[in-house]
Amino acid sequence: MAKEITEADLRARVRKLLEDAHPDKVDQFTFRGKQYDHGLALVHFPEGYGGLGISPGMQAIVHDELSKNAKTLYDDMMINAIGIGMCMPTVLTHGTQWMKDTLLRRIFTGEDIWCQMFSEPSAGSDVAGLATRAVREGDYWVVNGQKVWTSLAHVSKWGMLLARTNPDAPKHAGLSYFLLDMQSPGVEVRPLHQITGEAEFNEIFFTDVKIPADRMMGKEGEGWKGAITTLMNERTAIGGAGAPRKGSGSIGVLIGLWKARAKGQFSPEAEILMRDRITKLYIEAELLRMTSQRARSSRKAGNPGPEGSVSKLAQAELNKRIWECAMDVLGPDSLVYEPGYARRRPTSRARESRTALSKYQFLRARANSIEGGTSEVMKNILGERVLGLPGEPRSDKDIPWKDIPRGV
Amino acid sequence: MDISFTQEHNELRQTVRRFLENDSSEAIVRKVMETESGYDARTWERLGSELSLVGLIIPEKNGGAGLGPVELAIVFEEMGRTLYCGPYLASAVLAASIVKDAATEAEKAKLLPEIASGKTIATLAVAEESGKANPDTVAMRAAKDGSGYKLDGVKNFVLDGHNSAVILVVARDENGLGLFRVEGNAKGLERAQLPTLDLTRKLANLTFKATAATKISDGDITKALRHTLTLGVAMLAAEQVGSAQRCLEMSTEYAKTRLQFGRPIGSYQAIKHKCADMLVETEFARSAAYNAAFALTENDVAEAEEAAAIAKSYCSDAAYKAAAENIQIHGGMGFTWEHPAHLYFKRARANSMLFGDAAEHRLKLAAVLEL
Repeated sequence: MAKEITEADLRARVRKLLEDAHPDKVDQFTFRGKQYDHGLALVHFPEGYGGLGISPGMQAIVHDELSKNAKTLYDDMMINAIGIGMCMPTVLTHGTQWMKDTLLRRIFTGEDIWCQMFSEPSAGSDVAGLATRAVREGDYWVVNGQKVWTSLAHVSKWGMLLARTNPDAPKHAGLSYFLLDMQSPGVEVRPLHQITGEAEFNEIFFTDVKIPADRMMGKEGEGWKGAITTLMNERTAIGGAGAPRKGSGSIGVLIGLWKARAKGQFSPEAEILMRDRITKLYIEAELLRMTSQRARSSRKAGNPGPEGSVSKLAQAELNKRIWECAMDVLGPDSLVYEPGYARRRPTSRARESRTALSKYQFLRARANSIEGGTSEVMKNILGERVLGLPGEPRSDKDIPWKDIPRGV
Repeated sequence: MDISFTQEHNELRQTVRRFLENDSSEAIVRKVMETESGYDARTWERLGSELSLVGLIIPEKNGGAGLGPVELAIVFEEMGRTLYCGPYLASAVLAASIVKDAATEAEKAKLLPEIASGKTIATLAVAEESGKANPDTVAMRAAKDGSGYKLDGVKNFVLDGHNSAVILVVARDENGLGLFRVEGNAKGLERAQLPTLDLTRKLANLTFKATAATKISDGDITKALRHTLTLGVAMLAAEQVGSAQRCLEMSTEYAKTRLQFGRPIGSYQAIKHKCADMLVETEFARSAAYNAAFALTENDVAEAEEAAAIAKSYCSDAAYKAAAENIQIHGGMGFTWEHPAHLYFKRARANSMLFGDAAEHRLKLAAVLEL
């Protein structure tokens, strides 16, 4: 399947890129555009579309060679995390030739920020039950409905929209996937404020939004296939940073807070309790780290096992407990919330103290067991798909979507 | 001891519930929590003069209703249901109780009627840098200054400390622990309102620099202080029952009406069992809180302190868990600012830290049980 290129050859290609454009000398868009042209953007992508058709594991070599030869790297995935991680693979697999030729490069450079629009107020865990409707009218599809939990919608140029084109078909079979110009008339983006006050996410309202018919990705009624491609890449989009160090992340912060506690804050007996609690959390954090590493190795070897499915669930629940413990370590100071609840877009927290950040994370972590799949749904998936336990009776399969009870 | 409610108890509950439905609706809570004062003056006035709730435990001869901890717990449970924002714990309980039990008759006659009517908002300042409110950790000394005293030092996490007209400060003097009255606008008193995790409950750090104070107690007040703190702890527990109950109701209602995959999410065992667990814990919490309230009506200090330790530890955990599960059951919506779930979550979390966390109260109890 994948071609073979030697490490030496790959490094030589990187050096050739650096002769063509050096990140210390040119801006992000220019450099990353050249990186794409040289096939070094996402090396597992096909030639001509930012890659070389080789194993994705070799991207690390590209990164390494770049960091040896440049100070500026322009390689932060967060430049366009959803766009690069989720939209690029989707466009590559289901997009039209025009989309691949015109839009892919601009996603990688960061010139076009992208968002994905799946969830709706009445379609969360059951996203395939979504109701946003696209009706064909001449050369256009006309869209009405609402999306929710869309990151970056307020700054996005393009979005991938899953909408219902056939309410008479069973729910999965009546969906189509569209490329939406976010500046289209009738698209209204509103910030969605959360428990921490800021709005990482948005609500989007569609009123008679016209999408040209040639902006459908994949075939009519096959939108769910495209959605699966997108969702499969969600993990890579956010989780690709490489193996975490032992004791790093939230457990490291918790231990730091504990070690910095005021003398006499805890009685000797309370200290014993707290130390046991923190030790248990440390053990779990370490085991999560090791299990994720095992999962990576098995995947690389082409042998994915159950170890790969447990981390989302384990991570979410552990994270909540770690931050709860941090608040208990802070004691009465946890009554104070210095980050504040300003209702605005997220701003950088780079200059906040460790204590302030911990309090923020405590609140933010409540969503870990909800976003990207609730812990309850994850347990069902583990039980049914990994362990093969029988599923619960389903009342919504094989009947027309319009006949499925939906509530308010 | 029989935990049972009389007809009068039930009528009191209905009266308070109806009042709070109007005066402490979600819209009002959201509005008031964003204000600096953290309470609505008109509502407070009505609580004081119309409903006689602010003076609930103040003796009738001092302008109060002369009722006790059980009636007070009922009010707190109802306030917990609606997240009432106001200086009720500070003034109607902590200040009223310490003055009642520790102040001289002359001072009581002066201050209690003012507190009872709601005209004077008072608060109790015990905890210092450590944030722990207990008699042993009070280090602030009151120094004689002519016919009065002056205070130097800090008192932290004072409930409604930034806008109370009267601060009742616990400090050490030649007799042991004493109760000192400081006017809110006294010279040398700096009041810094804290940005709180729970916006529905306001706290302040107070710094005293040679601040003038009047001693209003006689002798050592440690016993009275412990009783007041026990009462405060028990009332917080009752409040936690109210908020846990409300979270259970919200979760259950949502589980009945939210459909996914063609059926209500309450039809899934995972959700159903979560709600059942919340029910068990809320009922236990209710027992714990009212047991503490009833124990406080009797004269057995040790019994009351044990009951309060049980209540604070259990109700803190139960209310926090109920609020956390309430968010989880509501899915993404439970994470939004717009939905009230986060308000209950933050109140439960903050309450579990006020006057000692669950682990501390369990350690206290273990010591009492000689485990």
